[in-house]
Amino acid sequence: MQLDKKLIGHEFKAFDAVAEAGKVKLFCKAIGEEDPIYADAAAAKAAGYKAVPVPPTFLQALTNDDPEKGGLLKALNVDIGLILHGEQHYDYYAPVYVGDTITCQQKVTDIYDKKGGALWFVVSETSMKDKAGKLVAKATSITVVRNPDAAKK
Amino acid sequence: MVAAPKFDQVKVGDKIKPIVLPPITRHQLALYCGGSGDHNPIHVDLDFAKKFGFKDVFAHGMLSMGFLGRLVTSYAPRDRIRKLGTRFTSITWVGDVITLSGTVTGKREEGGEKLIDLEVKCTNQNGQDTLQGHATVAAS
Repeated sequence: MQLDKKLIGHEFKAFDAVAEAGKVKLFCKAIGEEDPIYADAAAAKAAGYKAVPVPPTFLQALTNDDPEKGGLLKALNVDIGLILHGEQHYDYYAPVYVGDTITCQQKVTDIYDKKGGALWFVVSETSMKDKAGKLVAKATSITVVRNPDAAKK
Repeated sequence: MVAAPKFDQVKVGDKIKPIVLPPITRHQLALYCGGSGDHNPIHVDLDFAKKFGFKDVFAHGMLSMGFLGRLVTSYAPRDRIRKLGTRFTSITWVGDVITLSGTVTGKREEGGEKLIDLEVKCTNQNGQDTLQGHATVAAS
């Protein structure tokens, strides 16, 4: 298995994702987050927020809302069972609130291998913008691909 | 509700109060699959996980990063978080008991804001770090 480095620089189609209240509640339940500011507008306002904010890593639910889900894996021709998450980084420039529509666009910024091709690393950056086009966050992800050919040796 | 940390009172080496989580359950992984939109079957479908060489399903790395988000928002309000990032250093299995911990590593001023840098970690019951992360929050 060899990943195509020509994909470095490739930009995926931008898409809009809505921060839905029900999804934020389910996300909070999964991570054990019980702060009422993520569920209740009155609690959020009392804490100084103009609306219900989303938890810091809920941005993942927005970037996962891609209608062409799995686009990166398709472009790389990689099976989902072979990937692991290597790193994830968020830069926050402005808050995201429940009800916001966020435009996400992912770009491949690097592809490299380690251990003689046994592991491949795909670095991507996703810009997240509000309706006015202002950058609210940047998500940087490193996906690790296990090379099934190396495992057979 | 947590108040913003006061820049002048924060010292390098200060610890965030650790959080010990209940053991990871399969149910939790199913909830995270739905809540995050990460539908990779490797986290919820045992047959699929075995087919790809794993002994069992395992937690989404991002579920644990959500825990780090909880830790950081126990130290500073949500709207004061400027950065949160992590390396996923080992797999979190069903039944693992994760402890969240954090330490102040630096203080600086940038772009008119007083910033506090933190090292944040998830560590399992064997003392092995599963996530080694960092965060930056704006102080008051």
